[in-house]
Amino acid sequence: MSILTQPWPWYVSGILIGLMVPALLIIGNKSFGVSSTLRHICAACTPTKLTFFKYDWKQESWNLMFVFGVAIGGLIAGYFWQNPEPVQLTESAVESMNQMGVKNYSGLIPTDIFNFKALLTLKGFILMVVGGFFVGFGTRWAGGCTSGHAIMGLSNLQWPSLVATCCFFAGGLLMTWLILPYIMNL
Amino acid sequence: MKKNIKFILLGILFGIILIKAEVTSWFRIQEMFRFQSFHMYGIICTAIVVGIISVWLIKKYRIKSVAGEEINIAPKIFHKGNIFGAIIFGLGWAMTGACPGPMYALIGSGYGVFIVILLSAVFGTYIYGLLKDKLSH
Repeated sequence: MSILTQPWPWYVSGILIGLMVPALLIIGNKSFGVSSTLRHICAACTPTKLTFFKYDWKQESWNLMFVFGVAIGGLIAGYFWQNPEPVQLTESAVESMNQMGVKNYSGLIPTDIFNFKALLTLKGFILMVVGGFFVGFGTRWAGGCTSGHAIMGLSNLQWPSLVATCCFFAGGLLMTWLILPYIMNL
Repeated sequence: MKKNIKFILLGILFGIILIKAEVTSWFRIQEMFRFQSFHMYGIICTAIVVGIISVWLIKKYRIKSVAGEEINIAPKIFHKGNIFGAIIFGLGWAMTGACPGPMYALIGSGYGVFIVILLSAVFGTYIYGLLKDKLSH
């Protein structure tokens, strides 16, 4: 059973993620990308006059089906095949995160910080609600996320995707090194 | 429904990969942005190399989709959002430790609070739609 619950080495994971690109192209002539599902949800759920959300989202519903599958995959791999061991982080990473006040390393995410109760605290609200907002707002303005730009766009050698990928990292570095330590201390 | 099943199945596979790769882990994302581990870089770079080779082969041999269609990939056209939007995305990525794909996977894994994070991301996309004409592109 441990073969199912163990995490996979980076090269296995990397190859499989990369193979998503040809798999989607060949089975459905679709370009890999997840963040447009957020737009489809807006188009499907919000009664709006905004032209940005006025399109036949059902025509694009393949990736809503795809992310529905992703959630089921999460249930299978993260719940039924849950890794009983904590994530094997480097010592220096644990040390840095200890300094930021992280205590619970048992799962995939620090559940002492990311939980429903914490939403009512300033720190939790900023990390989860504002953070989520940045992801959704930023990805649409950028025209894609890590899947659409960093994986699909770069696979197709699109230089705007290289710019976007570098800027994803720039934003992440800015947050991690300069801003996050303050948020974590709130 | 029949044509949707293949996308659901591929999604299930991708969800399993995301969890087993641990790329949905806030810890791993922190470790990456702090340059403390090779794990995430190894995954991203391998995925890109495999993707580049795959797309090159598909173009070179004019491989068709299973429905027999010519495979076409829409080009990405540069605009300023590739910079400003992407930086904002990066801020959110380091805060939540999750980009959109992992959000769905984490919800499925039972980390229920990610429903709130996902809804917040949907709201962010909505506000983008509202402000679209005022933002530079």
